[in-house]
Amino acid sequence: MYPASFRYLRPRSLAEALEFLTRHGEEAKLLAGGHSLLPAMKLRLASPRYLIDIGGLRELRGIDTSPGEMVIGALTLHAEIAASDSVRRLLPGLAEAASVIGDLQVRNRGTIGGSVAHADPGADFPVILTALSAAFVLQSSSGKRRVAADGFFRDFFTTALAPDEILTEIRIPLPPRGAGTAYAKLGHPASGYAVVSAGAWLIVDSAGNCESARVAVGGLDGIPRRAAATEAALQGRPLTAENIAAAAARAADGAKAEGDTYASAEYKLHVATVFARRAIEAAAGRAGRQDRA
Amino acid sequence: MTTEHGNGKLIGAPVRRVEDAALITGAGCFVEDIRRAGMLHMALLRSPHAHARIVSIDARAAGAMPGVVAVVTGEDVAELRIPVAAVVQGQKIPPHPVLARGAVHAAGVPVAAVVAETRAQAEDAAAAIEVEYDEMPAVVDAEKALEPGAPLAREELSDNVCYVATKKGGDVDKAFAEADHVVRMRIASPRQVALAIEPRGIVADPEPAGRGLTVWASTQAPHRLRADLATALGFPEHKIHLIAPDVGGGFGSKGPLYREYVLACHMALKLGRPVKWIATRSEDFVTMIQGRDQIMRSELALKRDGTMLGLKVRVVANVGAYLYSNTAGPPQRMMAMAPGCYRIQNCHVEVVAVFTNTVPTGPYRGAGRPESVLNIERLVDKAARDLGIDRLELRRKNFIRPEQFPYRTGVGVEYDSGDYDKALAEALRLSRYDDLVRRRDEARRRGELVGVGVSTFVEPSGGAGFESGTVRVERTGEITVLTGSSSHGQGHETSFAQVIADLLRVSMDHVAIRHGDTVAVQQGVGTFGSRSMVMGGGSMAIAAQRVIEKGRRIAAHLAEASPDDIVQADGGFAVAGVPDRRITWRQIAAAAYGGKLPPGMEPGLQETAFFNPRREAWGFGTHVAMVRIDRETGTPSIEKLVLVDDCGVVVNPMIVEGQIHGGVAQGLGEAFREQMLYGENGEILTGTLMHYAVMRAPDMPVLVLGETVTPNPFNPLGVKGVGEAGTNGAPPAVANAVMDALAPLGIDHIDMPYTPPKLWAAIRDAERRAH
Repeated sequence: MYPASFRYLRPRSLAEALEFLTRHGEEAKLLAGGHSLLPAMKLRLASPRYLIDIGGLRELRGIDTSPGEMVIGALTLHAEIAASDSVRRLLPGLAEAASVIGDLQVRNRGTIGGSVAHADPGADFPVILTALSAAFVLQSSSGKRRVAADGFFRDFFTTALAPDEILTEIRIPLPPRGAGTAYAKLGHPASGYAVVSAGAWLIVDSAGNCESARVAVGGLDGIPRRAAATEAALQGRPLTAENIAAAAARAADGAKAEGDTYASAEYKLHVATVFARRAIEAAAGRAGRQDRA
Repeated sequence: MTTEHGNGKLIGAPVRRVEDAALITGAGCFVEDIRRAGMLHMALLRSPHAHARIVSIDARAAGAMPGVVAVVTGEDVAELRIPVAAVVQGQKIPPHPVLARGAVHAAGVPVAAVVAETRAQAEDAAAAIEVEYDEMPAVVDAEKALEPGAPLAREELSDNVCYVATKKGGDVDKAFAEADHVVRMRIASPRQVALAIEPRGIVADPEPAGRGLTVWASTQAPHRLRADLATALGFPEHKIHLIAPDVGGGFGSKGPLYREYVLACHMALKLGRPVKWIATRSEDFVTMIQGRDQIMRSELALKRDGTMLGLKVRVVANVGAYLYSNTAGPPQRMMAMAPGCYRIQNCHVEVVAVFTNTVPTGPYRGAGRPESVLNIERLVDKAARDLGIDRLELRRKNFIRPEQFPYRTGVGVEYDSGDYDKALAEALRLSRYDDLVRRRDEARRRGELVGVGVSTFVEPSGGAGFESGTVRVERTGEITVLTGSSSHGQGHETSFAQVIADLLRVSMDHVAIRHGDTVAVQQGVGTFGSRSMVMGGGSMAIAAQRVIEKGRRIAAHLAEASPDDIVQADGGFAVAGVPDRRITWRQIAAAAYGGKLPPGMEPGLQETAFFNPRREAWGFGTHVAMVRIDRETGTPSIEKLVLVDDCGVVVNPMIVEGQIHGGVAQGLGEAFREQMLYGENGEILTGTLMHYAVMRAPDMPVLVLGETVTPNPFNPLGVKGVGEAGTNGAPPAVANAVMDALAPLGIDHIDMPYTPPKLWAAIRDAERRAH
């Protein structure tokens, strides 16, 4: 529980942080909330030579609602997202995910950008953000680029981030009238990470049929997976309990899962369908009742 | 409350803990808070392998690193080992060196130690030591370790058996021959980790020229630790001053002398400088004794009418790779209470203790009690089901009856007192048991999985020889109490002060409880096995009576009255019939320390008592649980948990409730989530709090507590222990409730912990069988 020695750098601006990152590249790690990195360092699973503490960069923190899009700074805390009125009103599924991360201490220190960039297979934000069609703004000394959540997560703890890039913003399209979002998770009793989880985003038309659906499932094979068969089964159908159950039953179609000391692969594949159903049911319940963006 | 005279009203009062203001404001003093001039820090390199030969160790680079003062390996400290005495005849005690020599037998065993100016330097240097291992086959499961051809956990031995012990009584063969029905079960208790909030730690500070050694250690048993340390170090016991400052929990795990404690003291003596070692949580996970891990194969013989005739139990107990002083304890305890609260005179209980390549086991809150209660209570429930007899009726029919106490059980142990039916009745009343059963039946008709479970159990306490107490009236009339019961969170400074203030008729403010210091306190045993109020309280009550008697004679002398006319009064004594004629403790003390004493009386006002009642105090209770299981995910939840405990006379009901709350939290952890897992080669799979799940505050259900009071006739205060009631009674009640919930599916038994994946798999298998 004593990390190896490292140099601690505290940039005063994003520009300076990017400069440090360019200079030290793969020898450096960014420190935000520290809730994943510091334990790894204490266990000596990670031994970066340089620690660039971006925690003080106010410019990366905050929630903005611009026309058509919600913009969340990468250093915004889980607790801030869970408590944000605009998030709760416009994207209740995101607030729900933020409110079930880890425990109170984690939520008071952990950041959304840290969670996304770390890409733990049991993390909550990647799953709901995939369902919400979020995009991530990645910045380096040479410029900015925008990567969709669908292509961002590559593998366990692996993302599209280059060593000289910082994730600065999470941008989420605001759902139109009649949309509903929700998140449901089975947490691991020790870590609080998701054993499996599911995020849902639904648009219901005036006749009560599902106009469009995006469902993402996490915890199965390292990265959030869109449940394509489920989405297709919901499309154009009334959101009855039977239809939802039938669609959710296909949430793990084609997915592979890895068993571990806590849960078997079979269990994970099964409960993925249960939590997909619970997320879809909750989202369907919210669809139509939600305020306009 | 604390400023009033304890005129018989403090015993039984929910006095707030006097310890807490300091502890919750960060003003406590734990071992980590101890700083000494020139203090060095120790770090250890530990084996990643569970069973391997050490081919070579290269510590040259480490020795040359910044701040490093010394690096030692097993050969450098070959004379240092953990002292272990046999508790069973024929017990095998393989070597337990403080640093591995030649081979390691469990993951986490220390292979080398580094002492440096800072902990970070010591850790860096330890990480730079290179060790070449030659892996050997490992065995982790105790039953598999008994199979022919199993790998030897300790290659020095010819098999993996540590000892075999038996307790028996009556005629078991006859009982089984006469039985109408025999219930057979295999029940395994999950291995648990004792997670005290404060990890272990030690500071050793030597005096020059071998004059002495001062040690601050996180321990439950300072005097025992000092004796073991003296033996291990070959350093005179009377020159060791051992202090247990504030200690943040132990649950049994801080009983034994650990390798790191010996090493830190040895290095301090060798280097002539203070040495500190504080365990990390990861280190506690792999080197602190773990609990449970007993597999019980049991048979209960009954008549058709439910009369219990005989009990056979064969326990396979996993002792791990090495023995500590108290490793053999829990299986012994398991045996001694095998018949529970039932009249079963024909018993045959056998323990086979087995070495494996795992962390050593030892007492963990309950220490054999939870295993034993689980065993008998699961058997009784299954018997009721098999025979079609109501499970409460079956219990009542076989309870030891109140008039039978003191009662000698089928395994030759005497219970002091009890009224088991009374506790059961109270638990049924508090839980509205009939209502729970009705709600369960309704839920069942809707296809839901809901169950109600009951456990009726005994909670033996005290034991482990003696405890000592000194009561001293100081010159000011204030009272100092020295107790061998050193607290590690139990609230001794409050509850012991209540006892003494009540007995001496002074305010609690006038009583100071001192413990955890081998120079200040005469001799002592320590705090474990629910023994403090029974043994520590008992000994100081006897000492207090002696002080009162001497005080009465001095008071009589001062008042020129007969001692027979002197009665206790607030603040001291009074002359009978003349309540205004007071003689205060201060006046008596003045006489005792240089004033006017009765002829021939020795000066001073201090008495010491060593108390050994030579029998344990048998508390008991009934716990009732209602559990719901989500059929889709296997997730269990507690709908109701009622805990009725009888620990005799209650000194501080608030502290007793706290003990039950804490015990239940650990019991529910055992029931639902806690299990230390090892891979096939003995690798640690659940060695962090990210993997090993304990109950946290938000996970706890509402607890409904109740009590009955059956005073202990063999104790000066009438008290019995309660510290382990929660871990003893609650898990079997939950187990019986979970099995009741799953009964409609034809599921007979599942071992704890009842995790969602495990319950779901059992439900799915049962549903498949049904189709």
